[in-house]
Amino acid sequence: MTLKAVRFLLNNDPVTLENLEPNLTVLQYLREQAFSTGTKEGCASGDCGACTVVVAQLNKDKTALNYKAINACISFVGTLHGKQLLSVEHLKQGATLHPVQQAFVDHHGSQCGFCTPGFVMSTFALHKQTPTPNREQVLTALAGNLCRCTGYRSIVDAALTTSELIESDSFTQQYQQTVAQLRAIHDLPGAELTHKQHQYYAPKNISQLAEKLMANPQATLVAGATDLALSVTQNLARIEDLVYLGDVAQLQEIEEAAGYIRIGAAVPYSEFTPLLAAQYPELGEMITRLGSRQIRNVGTLGGNIANASPIGDMAPTLIALGAKISLQLGDVERKIALEDFFLGYKKTALKAGEFIKNIYLPKAQSGQTLKVYKISKRIDDDISAVLAAFFIELKDNQVTQLRIAFGGMAATPKRALACEAALLNKTFTLDNISAAQQALSHDFQPLSDVRASDNYRMQVAQNLLKKCYLEYQNSNIATRVVNYA
Amino acid sequence: MRSLIATQHSNDTQPKSAKSVGLGGIGRPSKHESADKHVSGEARYIDDNANIQGQLHAAVGQSTIAHGKIKHLDLSAVKAAEGVVEVITVADVPGHHDIGPVFPGDPVLAVDKVDYVGQPIFAVAATSHDLARRAVKLAKVDYQVLEPILSVKAALAKQSFVRPPFTMQRGDADSAIANAQHQLSGQIAIGGQEHFYLEGQVSSAVPTEDGGMTIFSSSQHPSEVQKLVAEVLNISLNKVVVDTRRMGGGFGGKETQAAPWACIAALLANKTQRPVKFKLSRVDDFTMTGKRHPFENSYQVGFDDQGQIKGIKIVVNGNCGYSADLSDAIVDRAMFHSDNAYYLDQASVTGNRCKLNTVSHTAFRGFGGPQGMMTIEMVMDDIARFLGQDPLAIRKINLYGQNQRNMTHYHQQVEHNKLAALIDNLEVSADYQARRVAITAFNTENTLLKKGLALTPVKFGISFTVQHLNQAGALVHIYTDGTIHLNHGGTEMGQGLFTKVAQIVAEEFQLDVDRVGVSATRTDKVPNTSPTAASSGTDLNGKAAQAAAKTIKARLISFACQHYQVTEAEVSFCNNQVKIAQQCFSFAEFVQQAYMARVSLSATGFYKTPKIHFDRSTAKGRPFFYYSTGAAVSEVIIDTLTGEYKVLRVDILHDVGQSLNPALDIGQIEGGFIQGMGWLTSEELVWDQQGRLLSNNPATYKIPAINDLPLEFNVALVPDDPNQEQTIYHSKAVGEPPLMLAISVWSALKDAIASVADYQFSPALDTPATPERVLWAVAAMQEKAQAAREDKKLGA
Repeated sequence: MTLKAVRFLLNNDPVTLENLEPNLTVLQYLREQAFSTGTKEGCASGDCGACTVVVAQLNKDKTALNYKAINACISFVGTLHGKQLLSVEHLKQGATLHPVQQAFVDHHGSQCGFCTPGFVMSTFALHKQTPTPNREQVLTALAGNLCRCTGYRSIVDAALTTSELIESDSFTQQYQQTVAQLRAIHDLPGAELTHKQHQYYAPKNISQLAEKLMANPQATLVAGATDLALSVTQNLARIEDLVYLGDVAQLQEIEEAAGYIRIGAAVPYSEFTPLLAAQYPELGEMITRLGSRQIRNVGTLGGNIANASPIGDMAPTLIALGAKISLQLGDVERKIALEDFFLGYKKTALKAGEFIKNIYLPKAQSGQTLKVYKISKRIDDDISAVLAAFFIELKDNQVTQLRIAFGGMAATPKRALACEAALLNKTFTLDNISAAQQALSHDFQPLSDVRASDNYRMQVAQNLLKKCYLEYQNSNIATRVVNYA
Repeated sequence: MRSLIATQHSNDTQPKSAKSVGLGGIGRPSKHESADKHVSGEARYIDDNANIQGQLHAAVGQSTIAHGKIKHLDLSAVKAAEGVVEVITVADVPGHHDIGPVFPGDPVLAVDKVDYVGQPIFAVAATSHDLARRAVKLAKVDYQVLEPILSVKAALAKQSFVRPPFTMQRGDADSAIANAQHQLSGQIAIGGQEHFYLEGQVSSAVPTEDGGMTIFSSSQHPSEVQKLVAEVLNISLNKVVVDTRRMGGGFGGKETQAAPWACIAALLANKTQRPVKFKLSRVDDFTMTGKRHPFENSYQVGFDDQGQIKGIKIVVNGNCGYSADLSDAIVDRAMFHSDNAYYLDQASVTGNRCKLNTVSHTAFRGFGGPQGMMTIEMVMDDIARFLGQDPLAIRKINLYGQNQRNMTHYHQQVEHNKLAALIDNLEVSADYQARRVAITAFNTENTLLKKGLALTPVKFGISFTVQHLNQAGALVHIYTDGTIHLNHGGTEMGQGLFTKVAQIVAEEFQLDVDRVGVSATRTDKVPNTSPTAASSGTDLNGKAAQAAAKTIKARLISFACQHYQVTEAEVSFCNNQVKIAQQCFSFAEFVQQAYMARVSLSATGFYKTPKIHFDRSTAKGRPFFYYSTGAAVSEVIIDTLTGEYKVLRVDILHDVGQSLNPALDIGQIEGGFIQGMGWLTSEELVWDQQGRLLSNNPATYKIPAINDLPLEFNVALVPDDPNQEQTIYHSKAVGEPPLMLAISVWSALKDAIASVADYQFSPALDTPATPERVLWAVAAMQEKAQAAREDKKLGA
């Protein structure tokens, strides 16, 4: 039994959508259906942040709200179900600007003004989650918003301004009422939209999901939609049967067990990152450069893995860590090593009707280190030319365990087995590193594309091995410009 | 008789301090006139305008090849597609089909042949944006493929030019180079740049009752849109109105490039007699609109032991794309700025305007100037490394002099030149010398990461180099409640032009700036306008608006003299009031008195820039009214294993004359710098072998993001330095010049790379200096250092 509708709050107003095109994005909904044009379209691909809106979402025990900035241009309207949607128009109260808006005015943080609503909303979400953000938090929160006019200094100053007024704004005043309203929606059956031949279905538990996929194995699974939505906005595809994973309770679980961490396939990056960062600091750092805050608020590990992109950053890192994933078909669950999941360019081991359920990562042990290097043209929100992940266990300077994996070097995220062989059970010396560097040319024949040449990719891959070695030799020297302060 | 609006009577017998102008007036850091609307989402852009009933949406079918003849065009599937109301080709254009802005060569829709990938061939109007985009994909086009020219080298080999080559010279460069103590030569490839205004190209066209058209266009040049729309529709100019309230960024990319979409919307609106909106998707915008010209430049220089240039020959080759567009003037400006801030003595500068089968490149902040400056800044670095000097020393010794060594290669005397002092001040405030020592020490101690430091100046000529464009008009109304309505020919693209001009008018009447309302730039309010470009917006429109205000003010003073029997000296405006002898009126009160006495409260104003002239046949003259100057010190750190880098600190000292609005000026400087940095570092345009742009979206084309902001960013205006020319309140233009301050980042990267070989060699570093190019430059330095060591060994 489903609702045949999508329900959410638009600011404080309950909205019920029925018989609406499920391929519609939140941005199209706002601009074309709600006639609310404050939110802008800059790229329709989740790369510029002009369309940033905020969704307030119940936390796990349904007592508090999480405010998340998202890209409206690549979010399907169905995913609003059970959430409060806030756009730039909702901040101003009467004639009074919201304190975040006033800060942008006071610091001259707008010039042409087209990116400004997005910046305001990203900053609003930041201040709701972190009332007194520091500079680093500001930069991380705004890395997914592009401004072509200001050069950002004034925007950083505006976002650093804190005001006690923010804590008593209209959203705080409405807080309990909002929680109650969202809880009421949450207690209803899952969301569903049908329009012509297009369907959207949001199962609430794993058996509903499994059942749906058994019945319709052709359905397209969607979690964060951060890549899938581009097929609609850029390639003008229309997806007939969308099954949303974000409301499946079991896929939202995170578990920290004795020797491992289990992450549900549909947990967004922003929720599991702290746990991973505590185990593997370099992985945590890398994730702050993976997409943007808006992307990480909705993007999921399951989506990243199932997408099987050769240039994704997580897959090589997880392969280096020896991650496993569990897959479910009907009520049958199987567990495989992540590296066995990728069969070829965009080809995976997923069977028809099967879905990714959990990702299992080993916890860090002493003597083991994970080093991760993301090489891209731009620090923020850029796809890597090369992603290198080195998982090394050293005992008495002997390499006792080793997994090296790269992204951007082959048609799939892939281990560098020849390179590993040149180092495993050898002493960790520059000579052996040199041999391992040479071996990389047996592992990979990278391509040239818009991001980098084949030669650069190979050279950098080899150099990163050396850098990894040098960092081992002396952990006190500065070796990375990204972190240089 | 209708009654006038109630006004507050001023109870003050004495005006408040004449110096305080409430919220407004020049010199104050007033907020942007739309700031409150920007942050609240209330500022309307063209795509935000409410859909007019019956509105259709346009899209165009594009060429998929770089060069070829159209053998057959089958649009039957397009016509039959869902939602399609109208399909047009060039045969449906009632008037001119060539919309070239200066020279012919830009068909609004392809005529029998295509010259670049993305060229519009036909246009569709459909019931939704989505349906229009889908429909255009259904066309079947048969081409006879012709060989495309896809490199500057190929264009030069075939003498494929959009305009004839041109040379500027002074003296005998060849002999001066030959007779100099030292000679060097070099070349550099400089990448183009996508504007990436956050608001893409958009226009809407609404048919009017007399066969005319109202156009809403995100355009820096409404008058040109008006002219081209009239021409394609074959109607007179007075039937077309173009309205531009604001742009979501322009940067030159909406000077000529806004017109095609307005024309196509107008053609479809005319054919269907329904309103038509044409909004380009981001990828289409990347594909179909021109960019900053890529250049390939070379030089030969002769210099003495001190590093002073004695003679130089520079050739700049602009990649203009398939048509002339503005390229003649753009390559001219690259030539004009081939000296940047330096006296070239005996010089010859040649510019080639290469025709390639790509989109036609166009205006972009700096208009060729940045590409011209890059060559001479490269020369400075090359001479410095050759002589084993700090590049700053070489830059200083080559600066234009005050009273001698002050003639440019186009024979304009450089006047009022305070750049040497500016650089000295910046060198001290940025602590250049101490940091140079610290950086050298850092580089000795660190093998992996290397730091670089560079100070580079900017001297940028202000004025359109096409003389007749240096004019502007304005329209000022005062209403009987004492509020003012202001229009002028300039357009607002975020730079704060409307704010500054409102401040100027407020200053004239000594009113709070919020009493001055500004509405959309419209061709029926101020006619025959120039583009808002060449940094000239405030210089031209500010003066025109001031002239209009002064006209009304003179009438008001004259009225007061007659009415109150006082002398002109007894009438003064201050603090929202008018003081007449011992009496004081609120401005509104006084205006009502004038109205009742039948004084006209509306006036136009006009301005043309004095002194400028340039004779292209002799390549001599004074193309620029004055120069804007500034300098920047950038410090970077690079990773010699990956080529990654970060800008650590930037110090800027920039001359805006007497600032009209320091907050807006600082915003222009910071924004221009970061945009220039993007051009020279991460923004890479990549075309494939077939002439297709691969970096056609923000996932593959990376403009600076927030973490590219230097860790420390100090920006200061030169204090107390009014423009010596009679510009508006002795201010200076600020739009373009700061972009070129970012050359310091490129030079600092080279400084860091040079450290790898102990500063013995000058690294070649084409731009954009992506991590990949930096890594290869490091590798080249390492090889040179190795070769030098081996040479030494052999020698020993």
